[in-house]
Amino acid sequence: MNQAIENIEIIRDRRAMGMNPSKFIVWLFIVSIAMLFAALTSAYIVKQSGGEWLNFNLPGMFWITSIIIIVSSVTMQLALSSARADRFNRLRTYLIVTVLLGLAFLIGQYQSWKQLVELDVYFVGNPAGSFLYVLTGLHAAHIISGLIFLLIVIVSSFKLKIHSRSLIRIEICTTYWHFLGGLWLYLFMFLKLNH
Amino acid sequence: MSTKNIELEAELHEHDHDHEHHQSFITKYIFSTDHKIIAKQYLFTGIFWAFIGGLLSVVFRLQLGFPDMDLEWLRPFFGKWITINGKLDPEFYLALVTMHGTIMVFFVLTAGLSGTFSNYLIPLQIGARDMASGFINMLSYWFFFASSVVMFISFFIETGPASGGWVVYPPLSALPQAMSGSGLGMTMWLTAMALFIASTLLGGINYITTVINLRTKGMSFSRLPLTIWAFLLTAIIGLLSFPVLLAAALLLILDRSFGTSFYLAEIFINGEALPNMGGSPILYQHLFWFLGHPEVYIVLLPALGITSEVIATNSRKPIFGYRAMIGSMMGITILSFIVWAHHMFVTGMNPFLGSIFMLLTLIIAVPSAVKVFNYLTTLWKGNIVFTPAMLFSIGLVSFFISGGLTGIFLGNSAIDIQLHDTYFVVAHFHLVMGSAAFFGMMAGVYHWFPKMFGRMMDEKLGYVHFWLTFIGIYLVFFPMHYIGIAGFPRRYYSFTNFDTFSMFTDLNAFVSVAAIITFGAQIIFAFNFLYSIFKGRIAPANPWRSNTLEWTTPRNPGHGNWPGKIPEVYRWPYDYSKPGAKEDFIPQNIPYSQTPESNLPFEKDLVEKEKAEKES
Repeated sequence: MNQAIENIEIIRDRRAMGMNPSKFIVWLFIVSIAMLFAALTSAYIVKQSGGEWLNFNLPGMFWITSIIIIVSSVTMQLALSSARADRFNRLRTYLIVTVLLGLAFLIGQYQSWKQLVELDVYFVGNPAGSFLYVLTGLHAAHIISGLIFLLIVIVSSFKLKIHSRSLIRIEICTTYWHFLGGLWLYLFMFLKLNH
Repeated sequence: MSTKNIELEAELHEHDHDHEHHQSFITKYIFSTDHKIIAKQYLFTGIFWAFIGGLLSVVFRLQLGFPDMDLEWLRPFFGKWITINGKLDPEFYLALVTMHGTIMVFFVLTAGLSGTFSNYLIPLQIGARDMASGFINMLSYWFFFASSVVMFISFFIETGPASGGWVVYPPLSALPQAMSGSGLGMTMWLTAMALFIASTLLGGINYITTVINLRTKGMSFSRLPLTIWAFLLTAIIGLLSFPVLLAAALLLILDRSFGTSFYLAEIFINGEALPNMGGSPILYQHLFWFLGHPEVYIVLLPALGITSEVIATNSRKPIFGYRAMIGSMMGITILSFIVWAHHMFVTGMNPFLGSIFMLLTLIIAVPSAVKVFNYLTTLWKGNIVFTPAMLFSIGLVSFFISGGLTGIFLGNSAIDIQLHDTYFVVAHFHLVMGSAAFFGMMAGVYHWFPKMFGRMMDEKLGYVHFWLTFIGIYLVFFPMHYIGIAGFPRRYYSFTNFDTFSMFTDLNAFVSVAAIITFGAQIIFAFNFLYSIFKGRIAPANPWRSNTLEWTTPRNPGHGNWPGKIPEVYRWPYDYSKPGAKEDFIPQNIPYSQTPESNLPFEKDLVEKEKAEKES
C-alpha cells in the first residue's frame, strides 16, 4: 500500500510543473539541429566571401520539392486535428499521405542532385557545389528520421494508441515535421539569396 | 474520469512492476536508468581517463625534462614507439600531446565533471525523483562509453593515435599521407568525437529539461542552488556549441574520406599536387573555435558552481551576491559565444576585427572578477571549516585568479603575436581551465562522496592529496610562463635543438619532476577513493551541515531518491549563520513558520503566505 502511495507521488511529481518534459526535450533537440545547420550555412557564407566560388543555377526541382514539403505539413496538421477529434480513419489516411509526400520529397531531392550533375556540379569539386550536396543531404537524413518517427506514429494509430486523450506522440511528431519543413524552406531561401 | 483512473492505474502497475521485480546486476549497475548510478558510471570512467591522460603527460614531460634519458624501460608499454636508441619517437610525442589534450578536455573535464555532477546533483538538489528521461540519460552514458572505447583502441593501432593536436587543424588532419597519426588514428578520433558529441547533446538536453520542468514545489529559479544554475548554463552552452563542432567534424570527414575541398586548397605533398581547389583551412578554425571557446566554460562553469556551494557551506555564511553570481554566469555564457576568434589572432585576420574580438574577450574579465570577488567576500570573516573539499575550492579560486590574469595578456591581439602557441598559453589554460576545473571536480568528489557512497573519505589523506597537488601544480605551471615569454613554442618535441633554449634545461627538468610528484599525489586520491567506498567511516545524514535538498534523503538514496513525499522548498539554499537561528544552518525544506526566531521582517509576510497556501 505504501508502495502505491509512493507511486502516485511519482506520477504527480512528474506532471506537477509546466510543459510536458518530452515535448520540451524535442524542442531542445530541434535547437541542436538548428545550430548544426546554422553552423553549416555560416560556413557557407564565410567560404563564399573567401573567393574562388563557383556560380551556377539552383536546380528548378527545389521549387517542386518545396511545394511538396509545404503540402505534407498541411496533411500532418490535418492528421493532428483528426486525432484531436477522434476520427481515426482520417487520422490514418492523413498520416499515410504525409509519409508518401515525405518520400516524394526525398525522390525530388534526388532528382535535383541529378540536375546538378547535368550542370557539371559535383559533390567533389568546388566547395560551392559540395555545400549544396551537404546541406540537402544532411536535411534529407533528418527527413528520413522524421519518416521513421511518422511510421512509429502510424503503427500506434493502428493500435488505437493515439486519440484525443493521448496526443503527446503525434503532437511531438507534428512539431518535428513542421520544423523539418521550415528548415528546408530556410535552406532554400538561404541558397536563393546567397548564390 | 474513469478513463483517467484506468490510465493512472495502468501506470501504477508499471511502476509496481518496476519496484517488486528484483533488478539483476546488469539492469541495476550497467544498463541503469537511475541518475545516481549513471553519475557514478561517469565518475569512474572520468577517473580512469584522468589517470590515462595524466600518465601520457608524465611520459612527454620525461622527454622534455630529460632529453638524454634512456626510455628503453617504456618499450613494454609503447613497443616500436621507443626508437632503437631508447628515445621517444617524435611522431608519437605528438600523439601523446594530442591525446592528453583530447582526453583531459573532453573525457575528463566535460564528461567526467558535467556528466558526474549534473547527473548526480540535478535531481537531488531540485527535488526530483529522477531525470526527465532516464532512457536518454542511459543512452548518453553509453554513447560516451562507446566513444571512450574507440578512442582507447586508437592507441593500439599500427599508425598510432591522432597526432595533429587536440584542435586537429586541417590540412594536417585532413590528409592521411601528411603524417602517420593522420591516418586511421585520425579517423578513429573523429568517430569517437562524433559519438562524444551525441552523448553530450543527449545529456545536456536532459539536464535542461529536468531543471526547467521537474523542480519541486517552491523551488523557484531564485531559490536554485548555484550548482544547478551552473549545470543549467553549462548544458545550454553545450547544446548551442557542440552541433557546430559536429558540423566542423562532418566537413573534415568529407574532406578526408570523400575528396571534397572544404578545408583544402592548392596543396603539394611530397612534390605532388593535390586536386583540391577552393577550400580554406581557416574555415575549420572558425567552426572549431565556435565550439572550442565555449568548451572552456563548459569545463569551468560546473567547477565554479560546485565551488560556490562548497565555499558557502564551509564558510558557514550565505554566498555573497547570489544574484550577481547568476548574472555573471549568464554574462559568461553569452560572452563565451562571441570571443572565439581570439584563438585566431595570428591567422591573418583583419586587425580591426581583431580589436573587436579583443574588446569582447577582455569584457569577460568583468563577470570573472565579480565571481572571484564574491568567493573572497563569502570567505571573509566566515567560520571556515577546512574540509578537503573546501581546500580544493579555495585552490580553484587561487588558480582562477593566477591563470585568469595571464588571460588579459593573451586576449590582447598585439601581445598575442609574441605569445601565441608558446608555453605561456600552456601555462595560462592549464591553470585557469585545466587545474581550476580539476580542483572543482575534486572538491565535488570530496564533498558529495558521503552522499554517493554513504561513507566518508579519509580527511588526512585528503589534506595530503590537496597540498601535494596544489603546490605541485604551481611548480609545474608557473615556470612555464617564463619559458613561454622567452618564446618557446608548445608541442615541440625537444628543447635542446636550439641553443637559445638550452638555458631552460634545468627549469624543464624541474617542471618534469614536479609533474611526476603531482601525478604521484593522485595515487593517494585513488587509494582514498577506492578504500573509502568499501571501508570508509559511515557517513552521517548531513555531514557538512548543509542546506540543500540532497542531504534530506536517506544515507543511501534508493530509486526515486526520497522514500516518502518529495520535500517542499521554502527558502533559498544559503541560510547559514542566520542571526537568531538555533543552528548555524536552516535547510531549504524548513518553512519560515518553523523559524520565527530568525525570520527577517519581510519573511514574516512569507509565513502568512505559507499558511494561506497550506489551507488552499
